[in-house]
Amino acid sequence: MSTDTAPAPGAAPPASDERLREVSRVSRLLSRPELGAVVGAVLVWVFFAIVAYDNNFVSWATTAAIFNRAAPLGILAIAVALLMIGGEFDLSIGSIVGFAGMTIMVLSFPSDGGGFGWSLWPAILAALIVALAIGWFNGFLVITTKLPSFIITLATLFIFRGLTIALTRLRTNRTQLGNLDEVEGFALADTLFASQFEIFGARFRVAILWWIGLALVATWVLLRTRQGNWIFGAGGDANAARSVGVPVNKVKIALFMTTAFAGFLVALIQAVQFTGADTLRGFQQEFEAIIAVVVGGTLLTGGYGSAIGALFGALIFAMVQQGIIITGVDGDWFQVFVGTVLVVAVIFNNFVRQKAAQR
Amino acid sequence: MSGNGTPLLEIQNVSKYFGSVIALEDVSAFVRAGEVTCLLGDNGAGKSTLIKVLSGVHKPTKGKYFFDGKEYNFSSPRDALELGIATVYQDLAMIPLMSVWRNFFLGSEPTKGWGPFRSYDSEFAKRTTKEEMAKMGIDIRDPDQTVGTLSGGERQSVAIARAVYFGAKVLILDEPTAALGVKQAGVVLKYILQARNRGIGVIFITHNPHHAYPVADHFVILRRGMVYGDYTKAELPLEQLVQMMAGGADLEVLQHELEQASREGGEEAEALAETAQAIESELDELEEKGND
Ligand SMILES: Nc1ncnc2c1ncn2[C@@H]1O[C@H](COP(=O)(O)OP(=O)(O)OP(=O)(O)O)[C@@H](O)[C@H]1O
Ligand SMILES: [Mg+2]
Repeated sequence: MSTDTAPAPGAAPPASDERLREVSRVSRLLSRPELGAVVGAVLVWVFFAIVAYDNNFVSWATTAAIFNRAAPLGILAIAVALLMIGGEFDLSIGSIVGFAGMTIMVLSFPSDGGGFGWSLWPAILAALIVALAIGWFNGFLVITTKLPSFIITLATLFIFRGLTIALTRLRTNRTQLGNLDEVEGFALADTLFASQFEIFGARFRVAILWWIGLALVATWVLLRTRQGNWIFGAGGDANAARSVGVPVNKVKIALFMTTAFAGFLVALIQAVQFTGADTLRGFQQEFEAIIAVVVGGTLLTGGYGSAIGALFGALIFAMVQQGIIITGVDGDWFQVFVGTVLVVAVIFNNFVRQKAAQR
Repeated sequence: MSGNGTPLLEIQNVSKYFGSVIALEDVSAFVRAGEVTCLLGDNGAGKSTLIKVLSGVHKPTKGKYFFDGKEYNFSSPRDALELGIATVYQDLAMIPLMSVWRNFFLGSEPTKGWGPFRSYDSEFAKRTTKEEMAKMGIDIRDPDQTVGTLSGGERQSVAIARAVYFGAKVLILDEPTAALGVKQAGVVLKYILQARNRGIGVIFITHNPHHAYPVADHFVILRRGMVYGDYTKAELPLEQLVQMMAGGADLEVLQHELEQASREGGEEAEALAETAQAIESELDELEEKGND
């Protein structure tokens, strides 16, 4: 039997390969998933800058309004993007916003009004734990039943919205609770989650920093850590990933907990900002978040996408909203417009992606 | 290194059921360090199921699993990988939308830095991927290329290079040469011999007796989920192996049926007759060899 000598281990690959065209940095950039959303954001901005110029669209005040509007949606969208890259949906995130917000309110509301009279920070901590538990529960159900997460979280959407309304009413006999600013510990929460800072005379909310910070962390995790690799793997082909040792179930549960955390954070920001909450808070935000994520170039089928794309997706959504408001178009038409932008953006995105793939 | 050492990896009386499907029944097999066990059998015989039990993808319904003399109960492929058991799956287990280098290290990513700032060492991963592929005689143009855009053989080579890189103790290959050109198939066989000489236990599945025979030390033949035979190389001459794999008796039946069909006429009669003739001459050839 002949055992040939090994192929020279260091058989250095040729420095350049004749089958490989020089690809510039620019076209490498073009193949990023978020490209469509970045270009789309510019186009939408230019569109309103022309159409709504007289309504002062090109101004610091409007810019601040757009960013303030985009931040809560963007926070949700970034988490939803991670989950969607990991191959799952979370339709219950809007209900988690409602449930977490009401948890904070009911726990901190004075006991003579039906609340528990806690001070704010223990109530926040409790809401965080509750939200993470809901996220874990979503993930656990998806993994053990092996049903599509679309169905599971559609069910939990109703369950937790219903619980928010039922429990709040049972305990306090109302659907809205306020006066959070009278609760002990509010000042610090206000600074952290609802303060504003001024740039060129326009007032930006601190939520924007949370939003951008989260986008950066999510991007780093996705592209520069092994957990990020696992997310792409779990969404790209769960069985293949599993068979090379990726802990797919843990990754998915962690992702559901991440979206639940984002829901909690938005609930907290809004409760502090409005010094109260409503049982309908977060209603339909799951759809807005999914729109932002898809506009941001993430594939509905998983395994491909970006957090930066979701950031720009949320920005586009907010620009459209703000643009419609300031041009004074009848608000009744808003949903028509959003649906149209969604379709156009996705078609545009696909087009750009195909162009980029061909280079 | 060879011969009579204790098995490095061994399963005893393993059964695997999928609901009402009996994929494996009472299968025992082993591989020693520095030996190649070749696993043979028809389509659907249970070969892939068996290697998925070995690599920790499937939990056996019954039976025992030993590695290095110790009994194990794997809960995931991770456990097997950590012991140095690496596998090339028949479906290759790769993520089409992911780049070559990310696929190569998926599940075993090299990291650098510390604590919360530990990050994926992508430089190392890219360089190693390119080097390991070059050793196989495949020069990947760009490690950033997605696996979905590679050719079938290139994809298979990535899966093999990955298993060879991570298989420190046992290397399991499920039809690794199926989509490969002559040169690359040769490289894979050479790899198997190299691994064996380094003292690694290799389990090798193939339908090609000419690939199996030169590298194998012993043969396990599966049929309908059960062990049909377990031979050392000395007990099984190549001709007999070829005949077993071609299924001499089955071929005769097939030839008979084809002849019948061609007599009944119809458009394809001529083609059928030709096929029957071809099979007949193949049978003759087998017989001649078998009688040597
Ligand atoms: N997950 C599963 N669920 C149900 N049945 C299965 C499953 N996996 C395998 N089987 C069945 O087990 C039997 C053995 O399949 P297996 O893939 O192990 O065959 P194989 O010997 O590898 O065949 P091939 O040579 O075609 O690769 C087949 O009948 C198959 O249908
Ligand atoms: Mg198989």
